Amino acid sequence: MTALRDAFLSAIVAFGLFGPLVGLVTANGEHGLALTARPIATAVIVGLVFFGRLAMLSWRGRTPRATNRALAERITRSGKYLTPVLLIAAFALPFTGSRYYIDLGTLVLTYIMLGWGLNIVVGLAGLLDLGYVAFYAVGAYSYAILATTFGLGFWTCLPLAGILAALWGVLLGFPVLRLRGDYLAIVTLAFGEIIRIVLINWVSLTNGPNGITGIPRPTLFGLAFSMDGGPGTFAGFFNIEPEVIQRIIFLYYVIFGLALLTNWVSLRLRRLPLGRAWEALREDEVACRSLGINVRNTKLTAFGIGALFGGFAGAFFATRQAFVSPESFTFIESATVLAIVVLGGLGSQLGVALAAIVMIGGLEVLRDLLSTLGDQLHSPFFGDIANELPLYRMLIFGLALVVMMVLRPRGLVSGRTPGVALTKVKEIAPELVAQGRG
Amino acid sequence: MLSVTDLTMRFGGLKAVDSLSFEARAGDITAVIGPNGAGKTTVFNCITGFYRPTSGTIVLTHPAGGGTFALERMPGHRIAAAAKVARTFQNIRLFAGMTVLENLLVAQHNTLMAATGFGVLAVLGLGRYRAAEAAGIEKARFWLDAIGLTARADDPAGALPYGAQRRLEIARAMCIDPVLLCLDEPAAGLNPRESEELNQLLLRIRSLGCSLLLIEHDMGVVMRISDHIVVLDHGQKISDGSPAEVRADPAVIAAYLGEGDEDEEPA
Repeated sequence: MTALRDAFLSAIVAFGLFGPLVGLVTANGEHGLALTARPIATAVIVGLVFFGRLAMLSWRGRTPRATNRALAERITRSGKYLTPVLLIAAFALPFTGSRYYIDLGTLVLTYIMLGWGLNIVVGLAGLLDLGYVAFYAVGAYSYAILATTFGLGFWTCLPLAGILAALWGVLLGFPVLRLRGDYLAIVTLAFGEIIRIVLINWVSLTNGPNGITGIPRPTLFGLAFSMDGGPGTFAGFFNIEPEVIQRIIFLYYVIFGLALLTNWVSLRLRRLPLGRAWEALREDEVACRSLGINVRNTKLTAFGIGALFGGFAGAFFATRQAFVSPESFTFIESATVLAIVVLGGLGSQLGVALAAIVMIGGLEVLRDLLSTLGDQLHSPFFGDIANELPLYRMLIFGLALVVMMVLRPRGLVSGRTPGVALTKVKEIAPELVAQGRG
Repeated sequence: MLSVTDLTMRFGGLKAVDSLSFEARAGDITAVIGPNGAGKTTVFNCITGFYRPTSGTIVLTHPAGGGTFALERMPGHRIAAAAKVARTFQNIRLFAGMTVLENLLVAQHNTLMAATGFGVLAVLGLGRYRAAEAAGIEKARFWLDAIGLTARADDPAGALPYGAQRRLEIARAMCIDPVLLCLDEPAAGLNPRESEELNQLLLRIRSLGCSLLLIEHDMGVVMRISDHIVVLDHGQKISDGSPAEVRADPAVIAAYLGEGDEDEEPA
C-alpha cells in the first residue's frame, strides 16, 4: 500500500515536471506563438514514472545487497575475458568496411584514450580535474600551428604536442596543487575556460573563432593518403585505387595504437613506485609526506602525464578533423570525459573503456534506435513522433546514468587490483579504496 | 642525537609549546608524557616538519657521523627522506585501500624511485628496477615477520584489526630506514596482550639501532620500556629523567600521575 502511495506521489511530481516540459508545445499560430497541448505524451511519461517507481520499490524489497556484491564480483571476473574480446573486436572493426562504424569507432577510441589519460589524474592520484579539455586543446592547437606554420608532419608533431600539453599541465599544477578537493576542481575548471578564451582571442596565432584549417593528414611512413594516387602516396605505392576509406581506416588504427599506448603506460606505471605513490596520495596525503614522498612533485607528474596523453589525443583530433576551432574545446568535453571516468569506475582501465563505449557509442546507437522506433510509431495519434523521439535520447541517457549511479555508485568496474603481491593478488573491495579529495 | 632547544609554538594567542628544551640520546627510548593538551603532539609535529615552530631549534645528529640536520628549517618530506625521521600518527593513517605489502613498499618510495631511471627505463622494463623491487619486497617481508602479518600481506590494510593496523603503521615507518622513530600514542586502544607485544616490538626496534621518541598515556608501556622520560604540562617541561626519577618527582605526581591513583601506576 505504501508502495502504491509512493508511486502515486512520484507520478504527481512527474506530472508537475513533465506537464509544462512535454505536455505544452509552442507552435506558430495565427497570432504569433500559440500553445498546443500534448496530453498523450504526458500521460505516457507519467504512466512510465508510476509503474517504474512501483517496479523499483518491489524490486528493492526483494533484492538484498549481497546480490549487488555478487554482481560486482561477476563483472570483475568476466573482465578477464572481456578485455581480449574487446581488443579483438576493436582490431577487427575496420574489416566491416562500414565508414559509419569506423568513424564511430574512432570517436569512441578518442574518448577512451582521453578517459585513460584523465584516469591517471582523477582515478589514481585522486585529483579532481574539471579542465582536462585544456590539455586536449593545447595538443590540438600545438599540432595545428606547428604543422601549418612550419610544415612539420604529424609524427614529428605528435610528441611535441604531447610535451607541450604536459608542460601546461605542470605549469597549471605548480600554483594550484596546494589546493584541495572542490577548490582544485574550480581552478582546473577555470583553467580549461582560460585556454579556450585565449584561443578565441589570440587571433594572430590561432585565427580566433574561425579556427585553423588545412591541417595536414598523417602519413604512413611517408606515404600520404591523397586521392591523386600518384607515386609517394599510399595507393600509388601499393598499386591500388585510392579511396577515402583507406585514410579513415588508417586514422582508426592510429588512434587504436595511441589508446593502447596510453593503456600500456598507465598499467606499467601502476606497478612502479610512481603509480603506487599516486594511489597512496589518493589514500592519505599526510601519511605520504611522513614517509618522505615529495607530494608536490608526485602530483605534478600525475598532472603532467595525464596532460601528455590529453595532448596526444588532441593532436590526433586535429589531424583527423583537419580543422580546429575553440568550439571543440568547451567544458562539456571535460564533463563528458570525467563522466566516462566516474561511470567506468575510478582507476579502472576496463571500466573506462566500457563507459566510453556506452556513453559515446551507446548515445549514437540510441539515436538510431529512437528514429527507427519513431518511424514505426508514425501515426496521426502520436503526432510528429518520428522527428521528436530522437530528441529524448539525452533524457533517457541521463536517466540511465542516474540509475547506474544508484545501483553501482563506485562505477561499472569498482574495486582495485593491487599491482604487487607476496603470494596471491587479491581484489580490494571498493568500500576500502579512497576516492581522493584532491 | 636529537636536541630541542627553546622550542616555542604559538597558535594565535595560544602558546602550545613554551621554550621547551630536551635531549633524546642515541639508542634510547625517550618518552614524552603529560596530561591531555600539554603540547606533546605539537612537539612531534614540529620535529617531523608538520608544523614550523615559532622559534627555537631542533637539531638532529646522525649517530656514527651521518651529519646534522636543522629539522625546524626542512620541508616535511625531506625530514623523512634525508634526515631519516619517521613517525606514526595518533589516529592511524594507513593507505586503507592498498595491501599491507603495498603500504610497506610505498614507504620505500624514494629508494625504489631512484632505481627506475626517472621512470622511463622501468616503464620499458629495462634497468635495475626489478632487482630493487625484489630487495624492497625482502625488506617488507622482514618487517611483516617482525609484526606477525606475513600471512595477511596481500589483504587491504583497511581490513586489518585495530592492533594489527597499529603494528603495520610502525613497520611502515621503519621501512624508510629511520634513525629516529617518533610514535604518537602507539598503545592507544590496545588490549594488555597487544600492548605487551608492542613493548617487545619497540625494544626490538631499539636493538636494531634505531632510537625512539614516544608519546604515550599508557604508563605500563612508558615505565617499562623507556630509558628517559620528559614530562610536559601546559607546553612546559616540568620534569626530565629516568623512569624512577620521574615517578618520584612531586611535580609530576601533582600534575599528571596523581597521588594514590593506582590504575595509572605501573604494575
